[in-house]
Amino acid sequence: MKQQELHLTVNGEDHTLACDPDLPLLDALRAGLGLAGPRFGCGLGLCGACMVIIDGKARASCDYPAWAAEGTEVTTVEGLPQDGALHTVQQAFLDEQAAQCGYCTSGMIVAAAALLTVNPGPTEQEVRAALDGNLCRCGTHGRVVAAVLRAAGHHDGGEQRARHGSGRAAR
Amino acid sequence: MTPRPPGLAAYPSLAANPRLSAWLAFSPGGTVTIRPGKVEYGQGVWTALAQVAAEELDVALARVTVAPVSTGTSPDEGVTSGSLSIQHSGSALRQACAQARALLLEAAAVKLGTAVTELAVEDGQILAAGRPTGLSYWSLAAPGLLDREAGDPVPVKPPERWSVAGRSAPRLDLPDKVTGRPRFLHDLVLPGMLYGRVVRPPAVVAELVSAGDPDLPPDVIVVRDGSFLGVVAATDAQALRAVGLVAKAARWRVTESLPDDRDLKGFLLSAPTEDVPVESRHDERAAASATTVRAAEYTRPFLAHASMAPSCAVARWDGEQVTAWSHSQGVFALRDALAAGLGLDPAQVTVHHAEGAGAYGHNGADDVTLDAVLLARAVPGRPVRVLWSREDEMSWAPLGPAMLARLSAGLDATGRIVTWRQDVWSNGFIGRPGRGGDPRLLALAHLAGGQPMPPAPDGPPTGAMGSTRNAVPGYGIPDLEVIRHRLLTMPIRTSSLRSLGAFLNVFAIESFMDELAECAGADPVAFRLAHLTDPRAAAVVEEVAEFSGWAGRPREEGIGYGIGYARYKGLAGYCAAVAEVEATDDVRVRRLWLAVDVGTVINPDGVINQVEGGAVQSTSWAIRERVTFDRARITSLSWDTYPVLRFTEVPEVAVRIVTSGHPETGAGEIAQGPVAAAIGNALARAAGVRVRDLPLTREQVIRAIEEG
Repeated sequence: MKQQELHLTVNGEDHTLACDPDLPLLDALRAGLGLAGPRFGCGLGLCGACMVIIDGKARASCDYPAWAAEGTEVTTVEGLPQDGALHTVQQAFLDEQAAQCGYCTSGMIVAAAALLTVNPGPTEQEVRAALDGNLCRCGTHGRVVAAVLRAAGHHDGGEQRARHGSGRAAR
Repeated sequence: MTPRPPGLAAYPSLAANPRLSAWLAFSPGGTVTIRPGKVEYGQGVWTALAQVAAEELDVALARVTVAPVSTGTSPDEGVTSGSLSIQHSGSALRQACAQARALLLEAAAVKLGTAVTELAVEDGQILAAGRPTGLSYWSLAAPGLLDREAGDPVPVKPPERWSVAGRSAPRLDLPDKVTGRPRFLHDLVLPGMLYGRVVRPPAVVAELVSAGDPDLPPDVIVVRDGSFLGVVAATDAQALRAVGLVAKAARWRVTESLPDDRDLKGFLLSAPTEDVPVESRHDERAAASATTVRAAEYTRPFLAHASMAPSCAVARWDGEQVTAWSHSQGVFALRDALAAGLGLDPAQVTVHHAEGAGAYGHNGADDVTLDAVLLARAVPGRPVRVLWSREDEMSWAPLGPAMLARLSAGLDATGRIVTWRQDVWSNGFIGRPGRGGDPRLLALAHLAGGQPMPPAPDGPPTGAMGSTRNAVPGYGIPDLEVIRHRLLTMPIRTSSLRSLGAFLNVFAIESFMDELAECAGADPVAFRLAHLTDPRAAAVVEEVAEFSGWAGRPREEGIGYGIGYARYKGLAGYCAAVAEVEATDDVRVRRLWLAVDVGTVINPDGVINQVEGGAVQSTSWAIRERVTFDRARITSLSWDTYPVLRFTEVPEVAVRIVTSGHPETGAGEIAQGPVAAAIGNALARAAGVRVRDLPLTREQVIRAIEEG
């Protein structure tokens, strides 16, 4: 198949790479640019493991043609830290220990970061709705919601769980 | 008097791998490298094991690093399964570290001309009479010092003196995972690596008649061996495109070999079985006192692992040597199975573990490793990476078997259970590589001359293994008989899935307990407590009843509460769960409360995370999941056709650890059965009808109402 030149702006840097015209954005990011954060889960845009932010909107990159991302700003989980400091959502995921295997984590973090950009003070229901396209098979949903609420400035995102008597030990 | 420590036999992993240097090393830069033989797959076990080592050595947790498991360098601790890592690996590491510490303190005492009893350790620095000596583990650890066999067990630090273990510690692997650093096997890129893909048959039983003549680019290599068909290309995108063309050109002879997925009970009851007793205790007088007899049948469908990542592996042939990278839960058994399947000596095969996405049992990790090895054979010296498609992951990874539990019990005039009979039908759960003496790797059946995989073994029928796991109710019942009926045909490949038979057995037993309680006119919690003889069991039931507000809750239309309890395997961790279920237009699990006693805890937040995750996954199994198939193939191939619970659907989960000074047990699987049972019992109260066939969907509720 004839290769074509692709111009992408990813995490604030411009890149040019030669690739097949039908290449999904996920492959351009992983194989082309060596970014491991966006992950392959299903190839159909149904699980969210490959989510990136395209012009401010979180969306699956596995079924998004790379050429369609030309002229946009693409942000992956690797691009979220500012000046060497983790993004508040990344830090909140650590604070809440909001993962088990972590394979879906980067997709959730970018989805949450995109949410907080447009809605800095979401309710718990809004967080759940925003993350509904992100699947987690390990069952860490409660921690993830707590982390996003914490990142949104709720002093302790764990309070929605603590309300029901969860015995999370202090760290 | 110091109590005499138990012999090395109390440390099975250390007894099997007695060289201390196999377990730990003092590395340059003031770090300690530990080498457990148990793999990390998201359960957080590495963090807990690092805590154990840091505690016993008196070093800061930050100094401990964990080496990835490899058949070349790690102690063989078998498969990472059965919620045994803390018990086996933790105890071995603790004892190995204690012995290493003692050796180093002896060396320090000689150097300082003092007695060991005068010495102490602070973050790896040796203190004498409380003052620094300038000596440390790292200055003392002469090469070869740990290259000796473990001696008689030495005393270890009692939990009362712990300062690192026993407290929540943040997971060592999460910083990489929140920043997207390469960490998974799926991220591994080796120099010169090529990309393979496999064309799986279009049905469970199918024979490749002709590979056809697909129009492929010249640099794509096609590998065909019998009905095994794959490609190797320079990039994954090219391999994916090529495999599409190869699949289109291939001609297959398909055999319809599957049962009717709408009649699992018929399938289970009509298959030939091997019937063996699990437990039998007889008390004729008690049995004769039964005044009320009840019987019921409960089923579960086939369940998929449905891991977030399709299985992946990398392999390379260098002459006669094979090196593979796998996210298998059992790299040692995989090494042996690869060797057996390919006619190699196990010494020719090395398997390195690298993390995959969450694993909940025997998934496709082992099979894809053989795929990679077979494709790499075509390109000697070049590593080949193989990634399964989502569809292949859902249809070709082993499944958790469908099961039927038939229960009957008798109550005496006072409402006590006096007799119990339980029959369990299932395919085997113990289908990992090497079990039963066969390699049990998928592609072996497809190679030229390959034989169909024999039906999965099920392990000894002890009530702790396979389909019999938790088949014996943990209640004081004088007259009892439990029988296992293992299917001797296996139209759909089955193997281990989290908690094995416990998921259905506990759902069945605990649903039936509620049905019996209703017969006896008793409150479900009180009825259980009246039949529990183990105080630790009663403690978790009482705890969950207390913090879920069980007693005195006002009745609400369409809302129900239910309880479920089990001691995992009948001999490990205790778990009691209460569920709040809403059954108006659909079945919705709103909240779960769980109380667990897993003995001594290394990382409390790790335990809570595992129990929360198990509870959510069990909820998804209980109300949503069912593998579907037609007469030839699995048809639940994507997240559309095999939906799992989403953020807007998961319950809120609250977990309490009931502390006990008992020995540590695992926590990873204890929630599966009790949560499903609690949901079933809550649904029965919310909907006013008992649903005995999983999953507990709206359709099943309607069917149960119609069947009256």
